[in-house]
Amino acid sequence: MNQPANVLDLKDLKVSRGGVRILEIPSFSLRENEFVSLIGPNGAGKSTLLLAIMGLIQSESGSVRHRGQEILSDASRLAFRRKIAMVLQEPLLFDSTVYENVASGLKIRGVGRAETHDRVQNYLERFKLSDLARRSARKLSGGEARRVSLARAFAVEPEIIFFDEPFANLDAPTRQSLTEDMDRIIRDQGIAAILVTHDQSEALRLSSRVVVLNCGRVVQDGSPAAVMNAPVNEFVANFVGMETILEGVVLSNLEQQMAVRVGEHEIDAIGSPLQGEAVYCCIRPENVTVSVIDPAHTTSARNVFPARIVEISSLGPFLKLRLDCGFPLTSFVTRESFATLGLSQGGRVYASFKATSVHPISKRGRVG
Amino acid sequence: MDLILEGLVKAFQLLASLDPEVLGIAMLSLKVSGLATLFSLVFGIGFGTLIALTRFPGKKILVSLVNTGMGLPPVVVGLFVSILLWRNGPLGFMELLYTPSAIIIAQSVIATPIVMGITIAAMQQLPANLRLQILALGATRTQLVWMLIKEARLPLMAGVMAGFGGVISEVGASIMVGGNVKGYTRVLTTATVMETGRGNFDVAIALSLILLLFCFLINYVLTYIQQRERPR
Amino acid sequence: MNHLQRVLFVTLSCFILSAALVPSSWSAPVQQKNLILATTTSTQDSGLLDVLIPMFEKQTGYFVKTISVGSGQAMKMGEKGEADVLLVHSPEAEKAFMGQGFGVNRKLVMHNDFLLLGPASDPAKIHGAKSAAEALKKIAQSGALFLSRGDNSGTHAKEKGLWKAAGIAPEGQKWFQETGLGMGETLNVAAEKHGYLLSDRGTYLALNKKRHLGLEILVAGEPKLLNIYHVIEVNPAKWPKVNAPGAKAFSDFMVAAPTQALISHFGTKEFGSPLFFPDAGKTE
Repeated sequence: MNQPANVLDLKDLKVSRGGVRILEIPSFSLRENEFVSLIGPNGAGKSTLLLAIMGLIQSESGSVRHRGQEILSDASRLAFRRKIAMVLQEPLLFDSTVYENVASGLKIRGVGRAETHDRVQNYLERFKLSDLARRSARKLSGGEARRVSLARAFAVEPEIIFFDEPFANLDAPTRQSLTEDMDRIIRDQGIAAILVTHDQSEALRLSSRVVVLNCGRVVQDGSPAAVMNAPVNEFVANFVGMETILEGVVLSNLEQQMAVRVGEHEIDAIGSPLQGEAVYCCIRPENVTVSVIDPAHTTSARNVFPARIVEISSLGPFLKLRLDCGFPLTSFVTRESFATLGLSQGGRVYASFKATSVHPISKRGRVG
Repeated sequence: MDLILEGLVKAFQLLASLDPEVLGIAMLSLKVSGLATLFSLVFGIGFGTLIALTRFPGKKILVSLVNTGMGLPPVVVGLFVSILLWRNGPLGFMELLYTPSAIIIAQSVIATPIVMGITIAAMQQLPANLRLQILALGATRTQLVWMLIKEARLPLMAGVMAGFGGVISEVGASIMVGGNVKGYTRVLTTATVMETGRGNFDVAIALSLILLLFCFLINYVLTYIQQRERPR
Repeated sequence: MNHLQRVLFVTLSCFILSAALVPSSWSAPVQQKNLILATTTSTQDSGLLDVLIPMFEKQTGYFVKTISVGSGQAMKMGEKGEADVLLVHSPEAEKAFMGQGFGVNRKLVMHNDFLLLGPASDPAKIHGAKSAAEALKKIAQSGALFLSRGDNSGTHAKEKGLWKAAGIAPEGQKWFQETGLGMGETLNVAAEKHGYLLSDRGTYLALNKKRHLGLEILVAGEPKLLNIYHVIEVNPAKWPKVNAPGAKAFSDFMVAAPTQALISHFGTKEFGSPLFFPDAGKTE
């Protein structure tokens, strides 16, 4: 359905390379002001999708429309590209000054000198580059170069902006400040965006919609919360970091309150799979609490199990604990808690998690 | 030993007095090699860019041929061009043998593969995604090619300089197709050979010094270009 | 037009543009005005042509391209029709050339002579020898160093003839060294190495004036040492493309009285004696 309000409409887009189908999108839309994150494993087709939309790689068949207009033909491709901007993984700056780089998109479009000057100054300021205007692009640090490439993209004031892992090689603080600057501009100007990223927290933070790609197909398309907490199948669950996935059979389901048998144990969950169905129970490690005294009376969580710490590994500021409750369970604790609780490998603890934290997926892949 | 010293002294005297015949020879060298380099610039960069940026069957073979052409011995080029230009040869009717134009033609044949080969390498060494980025900025095909050439301008310049250096210092082709005619097709290299053969070391050294000066200037520019870094 | 066509168009126009930039004075003049003279290095090196050619060009309006190569190569050019007129000094080869019908109007122009030169110390004691053959025999016997040009030039041909007449085969002997170089260079080598050699008077005098070579004239004046120059027009019947009128004009010019007079004076001022002796009209 082509609603004129849609900034992008893809239909039956197919891309092949070397005889192998690498992308197949029956339909996909991007609305005004929408910020979509595209996540998926390497080789899933994320970059391919961006390049296909822009006509930078040949698609086998299918249509791409921008506000109702077909854009894959030779004539309209150029007009479309002049309404959008793309930022790639490397800054790919030109061998001239910062000013010249930021102005390059405008020069290509034939924008007059005075207006170019104004716009470039504006975006140099927004990305904190005013002092560097005369600096040669060869002499920039990684963060500065990235800012220039962003300024260059935004200076053309695009309707849509495409990012292909733009912050991949930057350190955390630089990443943070850049995403903030970028986010602000995008919101202020109501630009629609598609961001390809490996950083899921980034996807969560910035986007209103997350699309998961695998093997060239869309596996899930929904709000960040839906994708993260209600993955539609085992692949997505694994991909988004559900560390614990338990196989079980539904014992009972009364108004969404479920009891699931996992091994010898019974777990309380919330969801729709019916009695007798085989399910995967997905539990995020952040939702599993570890304590040394039986919390049965102090916690509202319905699932409490005694457990033994089988393995401890480091995960940045957290420690990842693999527990054995009779079934495997993964939990994250802060280093402080670990120390405070006096935990150690082989130690005996209690693991608890709420029924709402258990996300059941029917083994046939339907949303729980 | 005094042969060399004597020669050097006389050479400096010749140069200092701006001997008109020596200067005339130097100017002719510059003009002839300059025009040949200009031709090779246009053809070499034009076709080199085309080859580098398009995909076609047999591309690898063509690039190997160009690279082989870079090492063509000038005297071999001279031989084949003179065969073409002989009165009784296929292009004899054009009356080009023993004219400066013939030298320009031969030197163009020598320089063009050099410029073309270096252009192909330079264009192919641009970051793979640069082309995508430029197209994504909304560039037309023409704008794209122009911007890529600008990005590669330093190695391309180095290629042109290499072409110029190659032809201004070659002697085999110039002698064969030019004939070393006094005041007409006598260039620095051919004159040096002739004067040496006559035993006029002072003149030969003077001419060589000028040639060395040109070579030094070329290399200076090349070195400067090589030392610059690329942007990220 | 598509991308490829556009690129081809631009490159082709640039090609045409740069060809157009070639100054008009370089574009080939009308065929009849060009004359290709094939001559030898020693003729060119003497400087005589630097005087005669401009004179001829002024008188007749022809543009002469003087190509100096060895006598052998000059005649080969004549055989192929790549030259219009020859000025050479290799009588045996010339006769064969004429005999095969490649040339017409072979005219005697001038002569100079060859000299047997060597170090002042004259280790082979050839000074005062009554003939070149005698001198060469002495050199061979004493094993003194002898430098030969070895390049099939007129001078080399003469030298080979002399060795043959003396009944000696010098090739391969330790004291016989072939330089493969021009006359001036070979003189320099002989000077450096204190060796004997055969040279024409003109090149020797010119070079000796510039730098004292340290070589003495040891044997000269013998009839066999004469170096005779002829001018030959290339046969237009064999090669229609040759500039026959131009060749004839040059040939006539070389034997004309004023030219001959000029030849007889050439070099007297600088070297005390003329470098060439005019012979036009004489019988050989």
